[in-house]
Amino acid sequence: MAHAQPASEGPGAGGDVTAHPPSRDGKIVLERAEISRALTRIAHEIIERTRGAQQVILLGIPTRGVPLAARLAAGIQQVEGLPVPHGSLDITMYRDDLRLRPARALGRTQVPPDGIDGKIVVLVDDVLYSGRTVRAALDALNDLGRPRAVQLAVLVDRGHRELPIRPDYVGKNLPTAHHEIVRVLLTEVDGEDAVLLGAAGDATGMPR
Amino acid sequence: MNRHLISAADLSREDALRVLDTADELARISDRPIKKLPTLRGRTVVNLFFEDSTRTRISFEAAAKRLSADVINFSAKGSSVAKGESLKDTALTLEAMGADAVVIRHNASGAPHRLAEWVHGSVINAGDGAHEHPTQALLDAFTIRRRFGRSSGSGAGQGGALDGLRVTIVGDILHSRVARSNVLLLHTLGAEVLLIAPPTLLPVAVDTWPCSIDYDLDAALPKSDVVMMLRVQQERMNAAYFPSVREYSRRYGLDSDRMAQLPERAIVMHPGPMNRGVEIAAGVADSPRSTVVEQVANGVSVRMAVLYLLLGGAEEGQ
Repeated sequence: MAHAQPASEGPGAGGDVTAHPPSRDGKIVLERAEISRALTRIAHEIIERTRGAQQVILLGIPTRGVPLAARLAAGIQQVEGLPVPHGSLDITMYRDDLRLRPARALGRTQVPPDGIDGKIVVLVDDVLYSGRTVRAALDALNDLGRPRAVQLAVLVDRGHRELPIRPDYVGKNLPTAHHEIVRVLLTEVDGEDAVLLGAAGDATGMPR
Repeated sequence: MNRHLISAADLSREDALRVLDTADELARISDRPIKKLPTLRGRTVVNLFFEDSTRTRISFEAAAKRLSADVINFSAKGSSVAKGESLKDTALTLEAMGADAVVIRHNASGAPHRLAEWVHGSVINAGDGAHEHPTQALLDAFTIRRRFGRSSGSGAGQGGALDGLRVTIVGDILHSRVARSNVLLLHTLGAEVLLIAPPTLLPVAVDTWPCSIDYDLDAALPKSDVVMMLRVQQERMNAAYFPSVREYSRRYGLDSDRMAQLPERAIVMHPGPMNRGVEIAAGVADSPRSTVVEQVANGVSVRMAVLYLLLGGAEEGQ
């Protein structure tokens, strides 16, 4: 199969489990310390907006949303002292572009045992682009239960929405052109933390 | 993966592991309140059954419905096949109805292969004569992998293959499509397969299969991680293959005494339907080592994975 992009740079991307080591080409827009500061700030914002994060469940969208959700959960726990349930929500089967590419491998959906009914679910992803991944995630949530509210946290918002979707928590707003590629690298998946901005047609290339 | 699934030999090791990993994830949705995914919405799956079947047909139907496909069931009884319509004309009818996938069971070996030349959709072999039954082999491999703790674990990713496991398949190899598909697939996945049968129930050229052959069940049991008992297919036997059912049962049946010779973590499998008291004793079939019921449950997940991988993505060449 045509191997998909390493991070969520394309419209409707972000559901690939096959984590390929991305190339380091591109300009660094966020470094390790900045990513860490952004996540700490988001953790605080979540606590503030949800009044103590008592009812919060963090669900990361594979691949890179999952470690981000775990880091946010740890961040909230550090401040509030209470454990925050976190898990993953695979959206592959809910994508709207399934028939445009060969069938893909599935990611893991792991919801905390108490379920999501009546809770505040915070969806976590690395890059927000077209909004199609988030739409698919909302459909997937619908089949899991009925949360009291759903919010969205992303590390990078690169604009170019194709659907009426907006994030509640943003690590960094990154103005981009359509042809540019945003790559998020995380230690858990890629061995290092960085956000890179590259032009199309560099080493990894856009798969379209 | 190919567009069709006709033989277990069509699957490379990578393909097979992909099906099993996908099935691992899909198995988890059967624990959810809403056991349905929208993935194959608007696609049509035709179940074309020229031979009686309960579990395979229901299993494919459940799998297709859980993926939101439209399912058309077609059984030869009470259809124009009973009036003498040929397979080709039936195929053209299905084609005209726009079937995206045809699941076919036929008493003639090779029927799915012929069908694949006549229809545009994917053809999935659900058993053709004494030839092959690839989804049964996949669900057996899936069941073995789970029982031996080799499925994709806590993190998403690839589960292991079956390298080093010793699988003994016992009984009516001659009439069994399950045996042939299992030998091919289990070999692809790295297991060592041993066939045990009376010489009269071994097919011609079985020595070319990627497995070893023996006639002594008692000698094989202590060395087996998995024992797969096959059904004695009396409906396909028009000659005397063994002196009496009772003698067959004594020499090749799995009873409690024989089960006790198995290593501690060995499992007992049967593709069903079972002849209790012939190839498998009731006490063995109902023991915790038996995976018969699990195999049925796993069948739905595995067939969902096959349907998803064949139909879920873009058609090749698009």
